[in-house]
Amino acid sequence: MEKRVVFRSAWLPYALVAPQLAITIVFFFWPAFQAAWFSFQLQDAFGLKTEFVGLRNFAELFNDPHYLKSFKITALFSVLVAVIGIAVSLLLATMADRVLRGALAYKTLLIWPYAVAPAVAAVLWAFLFAPSVGIITFALKQIGVEWNYVLQGDQAMALVVIASVWKQISYNFLFFLAWLQSVPKSLIEAAAIDGAGPMRRFWTVVFPLLAPTTFFLLVVNMVYAFFETFGVIDATTQGGPAGATQILVYKVYHDGFKSQDLGGSSAQSVVLMIIVIALTVIQFRFVERKVHY
Amino acid sequence: MAAVSLKDVRKSYTSDLQVIHGVSMEIKDGEFIVILGPSGCGKSTLLRMVAGLETITGGEIVIGGRVVNNLEPKDRDIAMVFQNYALYPHMSVYDNMAYGLRIRGLAKVEIDTRVQKAAEILELKKFLGRKPREMSGGQRQRVAMGRAIVREPQVFLFDEPLSNLDAKLRVQMRGELQALHRRLGTTSLFVTHDQVEAMTLAQRMIVMNAGRAEQIGAPLEVYARPATTFVAGFIGSPPMNLIPKEGRLLGIRPEHLEPCAESEAMLTVAVDLIEPLGADTIVYGHITGDPDGKPDGDGSSARVAARLPANAVAQAGKLALRYDPANVHWYDPQSGKRIEQ
Ligand SMILES: Nc1ncnc2c1ncn2[C@@H]1O[C@H](COP(=O)(O)OP(=O)(O)OP(=O)(O)O)[C@@H](O)[C@H]1O
Ligand SMILES: [Mg+2]
Repeated sequence: MEKRVVFRSAWLPYALVAPQLAITIVFFFWPAFQAAWFSFQLQDAFGLKTEFVGLRNFAELFNDPHYLKSFKITALFSVLVAVIGIAVSLLLATMADRVLRGALAYKTLLIWPYAVAPAVAAVLWAFLFAPSVGIITFALKQIGVEWNYVLQGDQAMALVVIASVWKQISYNFLFFLAWLQSVPKSLIEAAAIDGAGPMRRFWTVVFPLLAPTTFFLLVVNMVYAFFETFGVIDATTQGGPAGATQILVYKVYHDGFKSQDLGGSSAQSVVLMIIVIALTVIQFRFVERKVHY
Repeated sequence: MAAVSLKDVRKSYTSDLQVIHGVSMEIKDGEFIVILGPSGCGKSTLLRMVAGLETITGGEIVIGGRVVNNLEPKDRDIAMVFQNYALYPHMSVYDNMAYGLRIRGLAKVEIDTRVQKAAEILELKKFLGRKPREMSGGQRQRVAMGRAIVREPQVFLFDEPLSNLDAKLRVQMRGELQALHRRLGTTSLFVTHDQVEAMTLAQRMIVMNAGRAEQIGAPLEVYARPATTFVAGFIGSPPMNLIPKEGRLLGIRPEHLEPCAESEAMLTVAVDLIEPLGADTIVYGHITGDPDGKPDGDGSSARVAARLPANAVAQAGKLALRYDPANVHWYDPQSGKRIEQ
C-alpha cells in the first residue's frame, strides 16, 4: 500500500508550493510566454510600432543562411561536447574503477570542476590558449602548430569544446563510476572464466550495462551543450571569429540584445524551447525503458 | 576431465592476514568433492584459487597434470557456477550459454548443438529466448549450470550454488546435480556450508576450519570417525556430544544414547528442552552428577543432546541414558585430535 501524507487544510499545500510556483511563473513561464508572443511580432527600427506578423519571423529565420549556419555549428558543437565528454569520462571512470573502490575523498575532489562557473572555466582555458601568451599556445608553437583562436574558426571551436567538455567531465565521470562500481564483480569474473580478455569484457559485459547511463548522459550533455555553454562562449570567443562558434543560444542573445531584433530573437528562442522539450521527451521515453535489469 | 591436486596451498590477502594455511589434497579424475566449513573459513578463497580468480600465495595447484599457478582463468579449462549465478543480464539465456563458446571461436553449428543439448538436459528449451530477469531463481540456477556444461571443461567449480534457493528447490537441484555428475562424470569441486548438501553430494569431502583442512574423506567415514572435535561438533544434527571424562573428551552421537532404567544409567541428564520431530524426538539437557559416579566431577553440567525414538516418553526432569561403548569416540581436549583406541 502506498502511504501518503494527507493535509487536512485545503489551502496549506498550495501555500507551501506558492513561492516555488511564483518563481517559476515570474522567471520561466512569463518570459517564455512573452518570447512566444514576440515571435509573432515585428518591431520597427525605433521600437515605436509593433505589428503582428504571424509566422513571418520563423519563415525568415529558416531562410536566413546565418541561422542555418548557427544550427550546423550548434549540432557540431553539441555532438563534439557530448561525445568527447562521454568518451573521456568513461575512460577515466574505467581506470579509476580499477584502482579505487569507494575512496570517497577522491571522488569529492573529482567533482570540483563541475562546481566551477562556466565563465570561470572558460577564462581559465582562454588563458592557457591565449594567442600570444598562453602556455599551451607556447607549447603548440614548439611542435610547429600555429595557434590563434581569435583568427582561426576551427581553433576557436576546439577551444570552446575543450572548455565545455572539461567542465562536464566530472559530472559524467561520477555517473559512470557509480555504475561501474555497481556492476557485480562476479559478472566480470564469469566473463573472465568464459575466456574474455579485459577489452572484450568491457565491451560485451560492462558497457551494455552502462548503456542506459550513457544514453542518459548523452541527452544531458546535449542539453548542456545547447543551453548552458553560453558563459563559456561569451567569456572566450563571443561567437567569433566570423560566427564560427556562434551556437543557437549565443545567437539569440546576440540578435536580441546586440542587434535589437526582438522578433527574430524571440522566434529563435521558441525554436530552442521546442528542441529542449523534444530532448526531454526523448530522455523520459527511452531512458526509463532501456534499463536491463 | 582431469585430476586436480592441491599441494600445500596457502593464501594471504595481506602480509598479516593469512586465510588458507596449507591445504593438500589429491582429487581423482571424475570425483565429486565437497568443500564444507563454517562461514569465513576460506572455502570460497580456496575454490577461487583453483579458478584463477585469486593469486596463489604458496604451494601448487595442478589441473590435469599442468601446474596452473600462473595461468589465467580462461587457460585453466574450468567452469564456475557462482552463488548469485552471475548471468549476463543483457543477454538471452541462449547467449549466456553461447558467450564462452563464441569467444573460443567454435563454429556456429557446434555452438548450437552444445547449447541445445545442455538446454535439453536442464529443461531450459522453452526459455532460450528469455532474459535472466524474466526467470525464477531455480531457472537462473539452471542457466548458470548450462553455461558451465556447454564449455565441456575439465573441472566444474561450484560456490554455494544452491544457497539462494528455497528448501524444496534445493533438494530438487541437489538431485539434478547428482544426476548431472553421473551423466557427465566431470571432476567437480563444490563449496557449501550446508552439511546435508555435503553428505548427499560428496564422494569425498574436505571439512575446513579457519583455513585448514580438518579432515578429508568420504561423508560416511567422516561421520563415523570425525578426526577432530571441530569435525565432531560440525557434522551431525544435533552434533556429537563431547563430554569431559578422565582428562579426555568422550564423544557420543545423540542417536547412540538410549533411555534406560536408572540402575543402568551411564549418564543422567536434567532435561530442559524437548524437540519432537515426528520421526524421533530430541531432548537436550545438562548432565547431573558425574559420568564417573563421583559427585561434582569434571563432567557435570556438560550439555548433552539425545535422539530418542518417537515412542519414548520424553518429559522434563531426570533422564537416565546409556550407550554402547563401541560407539564412543575419544578426543584430546588440548589438541582436539582423535585418540585411537
Ligand atoms: N578480498 C579479500 N581481502 C581480504 N580478506 C578477504 C578477502 N576475501 C576474503 N577475505 C577473508 O578471507 C577469509 C575467508 O573468506 P572466504 O570468502 O573464503 O570464506 P568462505 O568460507 O567462503 O565463507 P562464506 O561461507 O561466508 O562464503 C575471511 O576471513 C574473509 O574475511
Ligand atoms: Mg564463500
